[in-house]
Amino acid sequence: MMFRVDRDVLAEAVAWTARSLPARPSVPVLAGMRLEVTEGGQLKLSGFDYEVSAEVTLEPQTGEPGVVLVSGKLLAEITRALPAQPVDFVVDGMKAVVTCGSARFTLLTMPVEDYPSLPAMPPAAGRVGSDVFASAVGQVAVATGRDDTLPMLTGVRVEIEGDTVTLAATDRYRLAVRELKWQPEQPDISAIAMIPGKTLADAAKALGATGAEVEIAMSSVGGTGEGMIGFSSAGRRTTTRLLDPEFPKYRSLLPTEFSARADLPVGSFVEAVKRVALVAERNTPIRMAFRGGEVVLEAGSGDEAQAVEALPVDFDGDDINIAFNHQFLLEGLGAIDSDVARLQMTTSTKPAILTGGKPVEDGGVPDYRYLIMPIRLSS
Amino acid sequence: MPRPESDLGDDDTGCPILHVDMDAFFASVELRERPELAGAPVIVGAPGARGVVLSATYEARRFGVHSAMPMSRARRLCPRAVVIPPSHGKYAAVSRSVMELFGTFTPEVEPIASDEAFLDVAGAGKRLGRPAAIAAMIRERVAAEHGITCSVGVASSKFVAKLASRHAKPDGLFVVPAARVVDFLHPLPVGALWGVGERTERSLLRLGVRTVGDLARTPPETLQRELGQAAGAHLRELAWGRDERRVTPHVPDRSIGAEETFVTDIDDPVRIRRELLRLSERVAARLREGGHVGRTVSVKLRRADFTTISRSRTLRDPTDVAQELYAVACDLYAVSGLEKTRLRLVGVRVENLLPAGGAARQLSLGERETGWREAERAMDRAARRFGRDAVLPASLVRPPSDGVDL
Repeated sequence: MMFRVDRDVLAEAVAWTARSLPARPSVPVLAGMRLEVTEGGQLKLSGFDYEVSAEVTLEPQTGEPGVVLVSGKLLAEITRALPAQPVDFVVDGMKAVVTCGSARFTLLTMPVEDYPSLPAMPPAAGRVGSDVFASAVGQVAVATGRDDTLPMLTGVRVEIEGDTVTLAATDRYRLAVRELKWQPEQPDISAIAMIPGKTLADAAKALGATGAEVEIAMSSVGGTGEGMIGFSSAGRRTTTRLLDPEFPKYRSLLPTEFSARADLPVGSFVEAVKRVALVAERNTPIRMAFRGGEVVLEAGSGDEAQAVEALPVDFDGDDINIAFNHQFLLEGLGAIDSDVARLQMTTSTKPAILTGGKPVEDGGVPDYRYLIMPIRLSS
Repeated sequence: MPRPESDLGDDDTGCPILHVDMDAFFASVELRERPELAGAPVIVGAPGARGVVLSATYEARRFGVHSAMPMSRARRLCPRAVVIPPSHGKYAAVSRSVMELFGTFTPEVEPIASDEAFLDVAGAGKRLGRPAAIAAMIRERVAAEHGITCSVGVASSKFVAKLASRHAKPDGLFVVPAARVVDFLHPLPVGALWGVGERTERSLLRLGVRTVGDLARTPPETLQRELGQAAGAHLRELAWGRDERRVTPHVPDRSIGAEETFVTDIDDPVRIRRELLRLSERVAARLREGGHVGRTVSVKLRRADFTTISRSRTLRDPTDVAQELYAVACDLYAVSGLEKTRLRLVGVRVENLLPAGGAARQLSLGERETGWREAERAMDRAARRFGRDAVLPASLVRPPSDGVDL
């Protein structure tokens, strides 16, 4: 087997495939990346760790059919460092030789016959623009939990009803919900899936760069069995095992009525929060007092450093004091895709909601909502 | 242990470090209320067959009784000893006020246990006098104000001061002059050194190293080969009386825990979990009573053969809620791999304590306004009014027959 590909094309494809390789493989072959030149002359790079699979298909300049398994991490490091020239990859017995310009690497091959076959792509369910998909997933994934002992909170819930997809994630302290439109294969599709948040965010980001449409494929749609979801776009496909679809009944937790509303200029407000938060340790609150046309931000306590900053704000409603984890607040503000964020509140212990500031016509629901639970200050 | 040279003199120049150690602390505290027992062998510890000696008066120690000894053995050694069940709250209160007393002599107080502390009195010379004089004053005031005795070691470094206080026991004062540290140390058995446990002692004995003096004369390479780089180098330094550790006054990383030794070993996970609930309730109540919250929950599991494992998890937010401790404790138990193993003892502990007052609480989604926290506070109020265990989780309501409180 052999092929020749431009360095940039190869490096990108290898890097993308290597993302899904396990850092600590349970069996040695899983650290490998499978490279295959098909009879049709296509080059396929793939990686799999039994949870997530990734495969890139590209057209090499030249190629002779064959298949080989080499260390994915090493190949990724090598291709990243190669000069910008065509790369020749030639398998010679038990070794693979990578030549590019004046550089030449000899890699040991791994037993490709021991490598598990990648799961087949499930049936296609629909399509969505890769940029819309990437930004929507990004907005929701910020709210996933990082505590692996609660798998339910590390996932993104995907609910599909016809042409509407709702993504939701929560770590118990905030809840992000995003609705988007897509083109389903079946107009009456109805499905639910829980996808590991980190995997989904990685996949969406990687596919978002293609600029093409993302095809979403799901197995056991609507069922409860061991499901799988796949994403493919521009010659790349990735699949991942689904999590248990259990998820909090979040819709009833989203408040719809509030006693106060503040429209915040995102840029200057974020800067002020970051400044004041300099004295707030991890998980300690930033306190906000909304009065008339002003919000006063405060952090720190009498025993330690303190910070205070006031800034004008478009505020309407009852005066309110409320405190948040500053990291949660900043991540929410960072996920808002407009210049003005709207923060709606009820009391200092009730959930508040951040949305984009653009008015929604006819009392509709904004397509992105970021709920954030306050920190209760002991009196 | 062989007596170190007794003619070291009492020159306390350059000896600003004091190690103060209460004599038979728990037992002495109990004796204040039972003066009729003075001079009698007294043991503090759970009286049941599987209890452990927590403290023993010197009269009891004369029979060979010592802390951490199984109660059954202690009773055999000294059948006429009076056994008093422990009241930890009482000891904690005395400990706090003794530590405060130390604080009036110098701000440099480093408590290392409820009944011992290091003090650096270098800065108190002008105000209070020489280290040995300060040590004598401390002893007087502890006796006068608390009715218990303590022993004080005076030395140039922490570990020598600690050895000196042991040498002074009971109810004594011992100075190791800075110039005589090596004379004091070298006759001691290696096991006396801080950081030499049973295992290290065994490896040293294999090398023919019996005394601190032997250790000092062993080539550093040999020690490092036998004990590892760091430990080898460290022990050699100690053997020559070199100890750079300073007295670091800090509010120690305190913890609150409770454990239970079963009357008979238990392998039923349901009963183990029930015990974890009971211990969680007790620990949480003590946290709330002391105005603490804590972030790290640990579980201690001792198998029937006495091998012990601990597992801990640090929470995102500090808590003083028994139900939260219990949930983590059960998790830790479940992942410990000991669910089917016969256990002799289980313990629940909360570390990383913070004052509850400053603890703002991150609310979580869908949380009820009044939850376990409020329910448990109500339990506290009922307990204050009607006595401990006035309100209990239903699974804990049972005749108190299958456990012995420690």
